[in-house]
This record gives sequence, C-alpha cells and structure tokens, in this order.
Amino acid sequence: MNYQEIQNQLKKTQSWQQCYREIMLFGKQLPVIPDCLKSDDALIQGCESKVWLHIDLDESRGTILLIGDSDTRIVKGLFAIISSMYNDITLTEAKNIDAYAEFESLGLIKHLSPSRGNGIQAIIKAIQEKLSQW
Amino acid sequence: MNIIAELRHDFPVLSQSIEGQPLIYLDSGATSQKPQCVIDEINDFYSKNNSNVHRGLHSLSENATSKYEYVRTQLAKFLSVNSKEVVWTSGATESLNIIASGVTCDLNSQDIILISALEHHANIVPWQQAAQESGAKIAIMPINKQGILDIPAAIAMIEDLKPKVMACTHASNTLGNINPIAKLIDAAKKVNAITVIDGAQAFLHLRPNLSQLDCDFYVGSAHKALGPTGLGFLYGKFDKLNALSVFKTGGEMIDKVTYESSSYREAPAKFEPGTPNISGVLGFGAAINYLNKLDPIVLHQYEQTLYSYCLNQLQAIDGIIIYGDTQNNIGTISFNYRDEHHYDIAMLLNSYGIALRSGHHCTQPLIAELGIQGTLRVSLAFYNSHNDIDTFITALKSSIKLIAG
Ligand SMILES: Cc1ncc(COP(=O)(O)O)c(C=O)c1O
Repeated sequence: MNYQEIQNQLKKTQSWQQCYREIMLFGKQLPVIPDCLKSDDALIQGCESKVWLHIDLDESRGTILLIGDSDTRIVKGLFAIISSMYNDITLTEAKNIDAYAEFESLGLIKHLSPSRGNGIQAIIKAIQEKLSQW
Repeated sequence: MNIIAELRHDFPVLSQSIEGQPLIYLDSGATSQKPQCVIDEINDFYSKNNSNVHRGLHSLSENATSKYEYVRTQLAKFLSVNSKEVVWTSGATESLNIIASGVTCDLNSQDIILISALEHHANIVPWQQAAQESGAKIAIMPINKQGILDIPAAIAMIEDLKPKVMACTHASNTLGNINPIAKLIDAAKKVNAITVIDGAQAFLHLRPNLSQLDCDFYVGSAHKALGPTGLGFLYGKFDKLNALSVFKTGGEMIDKVTYESSSYREAPAKFEPGTPNISGVLGFGAAINYLNKLDPIVLHQYEQTLYSYCLNQLQAIDGIIIYGDTQNNIGTISFNYRDEHHYDIAMLLNSYGIALRSGHHCTQPLIAELGIQGTLRVSLAFYNSHNDIDTFITALKSSIKLIAG
C-alpha cells in the first residue's frame, strides 16, 4: 500500500474504532519478515510493545528500503504507515519528510505521545538518525 | 446499595468524557479518584490558611500545625496505632526506602531478606539495595501457577531460613490477591524477623487494624486512598521505628545542631526533615473523614459484589484468561485475551472511554514468573457501578471483534 492510499483509507473512517481497524489492516499487509531479522539489535524498545526496524539505502537506485515488525497489531499498523512514507523514495526526499506533520494531518498525532509508550516516536527518531548518516 | 450508588457523584472526575464517551474509570489501583471534599480542603488551605508548620507563633502557622498534627492522629486512629508511630512520607515507595535503608546497618552477609513473588518493584528494589550494601541475600516466597502465594511453602521458608526481614504485600497490585499476612507475620515473629507489610493497595479496601495484625512496619500511599499525590505514610512500632537510621537530614528533624554535629529528635520527627507536604496531609485528612463516614462492611460487600459481577462476565467470554486469586481479592482483575497483546486491547478499550491499565504493573518478576508479557488490569473501587462494568464488557467484546475481524 502506498502512502496516498493510506491517506485515502483513513480519511473515510468515521470513528476511532474504524480508524484502528484500518490501521490494523495496514499492518496485516506488511510483508512478513523472517524471524532472524527480529533480532535484539534491531529492537526499538517502546514501553509496552516491541518494534524491529531495518533501514537500508538501495545504492543502485538511490532509494530507501524500510522493513520491520511489531508484536502488537496497532503499532505494526502505525509502522506500516511510516514505512509507506519512506519506502521507495530518494534519500533527499526522505530527509525532507516531516513525519510528525504527516501524523498530525492523518489525525494520528496522539499516537506519538510518549505516554502511549508505543515507541512510534523512537522509530521516527531512529529513521531520521540513520538518514542523517548517509 | 442505593446510597453507595450516590457516592459516585462525590467524585467530579467521573463525570467527564473521553473520546466523546463517558469515562469509565477502572484504574483505581494506579490511583484512586478524589472526592470533592478532598479537593475543597486543599483549595481552602491555599486560599485561606497557607503557612508553614512547626514554625512561628503566628495564628496561621499555629492553625496549620494543629490541623497537620490532627490528621496524624486521625490516621493513627484509623490504623489503630499510636500517632507517634506514624511518619508522613512522599508515598509508599519512600516509606519502603526508609525502612530498607534504615535496617541496612543491622544486616550482614549471613542474613536473609525474605520477600514474596508478588511484590511491586517498590518492595523489591530497596531490599536489593540493602542486600548489596550489607551482603545479605534475598529469598523469594513462591507462588503457584495461578499466581497465588504458596502459604505452606512460605511458612516453611520462614521457619527454615529464619530471615532477618520478612517483607510482603498485603494485596497484590497486579492480581488483587489478598495475602494471608497474619499467618506470615505470626511465623515471622517466632523467628524474630522484622515484619514489613506493603499496604499500598490494601489500605482503601481492607482498612487494616494494625494493632491486631501486629506487624513491625506497614506502609501506604494517600493517593491510592482518595487522598492527594505526593503523600504517604510509614507506620512502625515505636521502638523499631525509632531505631531505624535516618534517611534524609535537614531542618525540623533535629534536636540540637552545632557546626560539628547534631542530635536527632525522636520519631516521627526524626524522619520528617524539611517542610512537609502540608496541603497533602490536610487533603488526606478530608479523605479519612470521608471514609470514616462510610460503613466499611457495606462498602466492602458492595466492592465484592461488583468484583464478582465483573469476574463472572469476563469468565463468560471465550478466550479470556484470568490470573490470580479469585477467592480473596480486593477487586482487581488481571487478564489477557488468547495470545493477543495487552497493548492492542487497551488502546481499543480507550477508544470506548474505558480507562484501565496494561503492561507489567511494576511487577516484572511476577509477570515473568507467570510466563507472560503483561496483562490488562481492571481495578475497582466503591465509586464504580454495575453500569461501568456493563459498558466495559460491551467495549471489550467489540474490541475483540475488531481484532478478530
Ligand atoms: C503494592 C504497591 N506497592 C507500592 C506502590 C508504590 O506506591 P507509590 O508509587 O504511591 O509510592 C504501589 C503503587 O502502585 C503498589 O501498588
């Protein structure tokens, strides 16, 4: 699913429950990653959920490759949204993404609150840090 | 019952909405809500009576001091102890720290500190610190698969190990289990162990009579018992309390100070350096007054009725797993749904206005022992209603459907 499709799907939701349903469905559509990639060094620790993140630069095409997983459905879905923002775009484009503003416009900003303890903020930070190294 | 249903209206927080739906507050184990009289008392103090205690001869200070000290006697009466045995602290956590650090100098590498597998981190970590400094060893009274303290095994450990300290929670914050602490205290006294009971969860629901229980120390937090945050108490039998080494030092706690040395006052002043949480104490006084007006037996029966009602409905949902002791319980239910992550269900429940806690509840060793990642926890208080539980169960069923669909 690309980011445009995700935006459209979320726009159609009329309640928080529908919104969560969509988010969980985004998560289900993420490519399954092998267990060996769910390693401790790929772990981003939220308080309550585990998130595994791998980010790479496809040198030949100059685009970003982001894969990951979470042990919770909602965080996995939120991760799917983030990965749709970053996947298959160029490094320069990726560096210009303001993920906070995007979550704001999707109406999902409250998921970034640290008290949710879900690690979404940490995922975004980890991505930005990695990008700045390239 | 009808009178109890009215009490809900004394708690202004309960009349608000979350996500456009009425708030259903099922997280009293984390902190209880506050009745209007507590809020008014604090407000009154700052708007009319604010001044420091134990300082100055002026009327305001005198007034504040006598009120502040009066609440100490109120709490002492509530616990059936002497007021010089009650120390104000910042919470159960600080109280446990005062005890653990206060006995450390009496411990050595031959000594055992015995705690239960059900303890909150606040009744584990200070003992680990004490063990590290003194060389003493920590031993754990075990639980069975359901998460219930194994009493015969615990008593055997007390008899065999002859611990120097036996520290146990009166009620588990994660599972709600009421531990038969009287039996443990009896056994521990026979081997001359110092008995420390964590009453943070039990205080509101069980109204412990400490002269009957006869433990050496008992601690609690005001905010879990209708009072304000930032205040707790430490009860200790006077001689044992007074024998603890000082935890914090400063003004008010000393008898005489020269530049070279100081002598300390007796307990409780010895443990209350600096300006105390005056408004907190007065607010807690209002909370105790409020509780004193309610019949504890009626209240307890009502809470137990609510608990059974909630438990039965949860048990009727296919796939719900319940942990802990469902026979002796303060009204706290820890559960999971199949192998779903507690986080997802808690988030969905929040979207229906249901406030409950999910995670390890500051009892990581217990959660690990149960072989799980965490639980969802409903913790009830007398201001909850049957309607709260109906709304919660409906929301839970919808959440499960959302996850399955
Ligand atoms: C059993 C138990 N002990 C100790 C504490 C610590 O209390 P406080 O955080 O108020 O100091 C809690 C709080 O959750 C608790 O439930």
